[in-house]
Amino acid sequence: MSSTSHPVPPQVDVLERRAFVGGAAGLIASLMGALVSPTQFFHSYLFAFLFWNGIALGCLSLLMIQHLTGGRWGLAIRRLLEAGTRTVPVLVLLFLPVVLGLKRIYPWAGSAQSDPTIRHAIDLKQAYLNVPFFLGRAVFYFAVWFLLARVLSRVSLDSDTGMDLRRARLLRSISGGGLLLMGLTITFMSVDWAMSLDPRWFSAIYGMLFMIGQALSALALCIVVISRIGMEPPLSAVANADTLHDLGKLMLAFIMVWAYFSFSQFLITWSGNLPEEIPWYLRRFQGGWRLVGLFLVVFHFAVPFLVLLSRGVKRRAKAVGTVALAILAVRIVDLFWLVRPEFPHAGLDLHWLDFTLPIGIGGVWLGVFARQLKTRPLLPLGEPEVREMLAEAGA
Amino acid sequence: MSAPAAAPPLWGLMAEFEGPTEVVEAARRVHEAGYKKVDAYSPYPIEELAEALGHHRSWLPFLVLLGGITGCLAGYGLQFWSATIAYPLNIGGRPIHSWPAFIVPTFETTILFAAGTAVLGMLALNGLPEPYHPVFNVPQFARASKDRFFIVIEAGDPRFDPDRTWSFLLSLGPRSVSEVDR
Repeated sequence: MSSTSHPVPPQVDVLERRAFVGGAAGLIASLMGALVSPTQFFHSYLFAFLFWNGIALGCLSLLMIQHLTGGRWGLAIRRLLEAGTRTVPVLVLLFLPVVLGLKRIYPWAGSAQSDPTIRHAIDLKQAYLNVPFFLGRAVFYFAVWFLLARVLSRVSLDSDTGMDLRRARLLRSISGGGLLLMGLTITFMSVDWAMSLDPRWFSAIYGMLFMIGQALSALALCIVVISRIGMEPPLSAVANADTLHDLGKLMLAFIMVWAYFSFSQFLITWSGNLPEEIPWYLRRFQGGWRLVGLFLVVFHFAVPFLVLLSRGVKRRAKAVGTVALAILAVRIVDLFWLVRPEFPHAGLDLHWLDFTLPIGIGGVWLGVFARQLKTRPLLPLGEPEVREMLAEAGA
Repeated sequence: MSAPAAAPPLWGLMAEFEGPTEVVEAARRVHEAGYKKVDAYSPYPIEELAEALGHHRSWLPFLVLLGGITGCLAGYGLQFWSATIAYPLNIGGRPIHSWPAFIVPTFETTILFAAGTAVLGMLALNGLPEPYHPVFNVPQFARASKDRFFIVIEAGDPRFDPDRTWSFLLSLGPRSVSEVDR
């Protein structure tokens, strides 16, 4: 087993170095912020963590989807997705601050509550919303994600020597059951980690909103990476304008699904206008939050939707890569909008920790992602189609 | 049935090719030679073939966009007009102009008009259904839906000359060149 048998474009090394440096800087700055205002630190930490955690989960879901559907787009990004899923161990570490800050983050975790409606809701939901059960569920989610990621990566690597029918079937059947598990774990995760910030509030589509957001983030990351290194060997053998076109079309579809889910939740809540549901939106109509919501309508849906309608944009690496990078940025804003208004502040109060924490966590995550990317060939070499295309490109 | 004797019943010239690479290369050279009224036929879609012929961009996407915008405005306009002007009703104390409720039907009419424009516009622009086409007068053209590839230069092309175009097509290395009767 020689580790240098596969070429890795130099951009991956650059990404790894810069990500770790930026991540370290962001985390050190954030830790100093934690000493000054610990509560603010945890409030900013949660949405930043959920964003990067979501990219890894999106990678896992997309990986299993492409095992089930096949297609050239899947071959081109499979190793990127696998690298993304192998970051679960570092996400467990990054989850520890949430555990440490439980009391400052979640109203049900033991801190004194002045609002009687919140106290009432906590009393009723105590059987589910309590610290030991919450931690147990978190362990279960991470275990499921870790095992799925590990097994899929292992079988995929083994099949580099030759994809036989048995391995192909194994990957498919793990993916089928795995997607079911993803649907359940992501739904419960979204309820535990984000929806329970207001124990009174509920929304049935909330988990799906997280799923599509995560898939969109993961796909955008893959497009950014492909647009940077996809035109060089070895990826260039598989990735071409058609692949970019396919990925761009998927990104457009995901953006539309995100808008559809988001609007469904809003329309139903707005139509019902019930006292236990509508306050969630009323909080987001106050002060500066209104502008954040409007920003999401325009830049998480309208603008990328119109831009991605163009065939030319989807087929040009630079153009579609830029759109994908912008989508990643807007995804952070979406998580910010979903999570941050739940903390009792007066209107929209941006804190500098809201910037250093996404950078800090993101730097560490991207660094690990780049490092994982280097440990395997960038293409699933055992796939017959990949072999054919590599032979064609080499000829 | 008295056809004017002076006008030859020639509609165009057809060259027959063995494989996809040959026909794409030939199409490229036909395009370079400056012929405009050209079409190519293959048993399965070849993306490079349309590019090699320098096909003009279709108006269809633009028409579909116009159809979508029309549907969007019409759908929203209908709801706005009926809910606020023609028949204002207080429903659960909500504003008369309750735009969130209008979004879904507006989306549906947008898609409906865009899809309708796509189907009808496609038919209008490509001239289908077309019960008669001269290319079928050439017997071996039947193989265009099996295993042969064809390029046809129409006699209506400004650069068309029966003899010179004939020898030009022959120079592309086809299996055969035939006259297409009108």
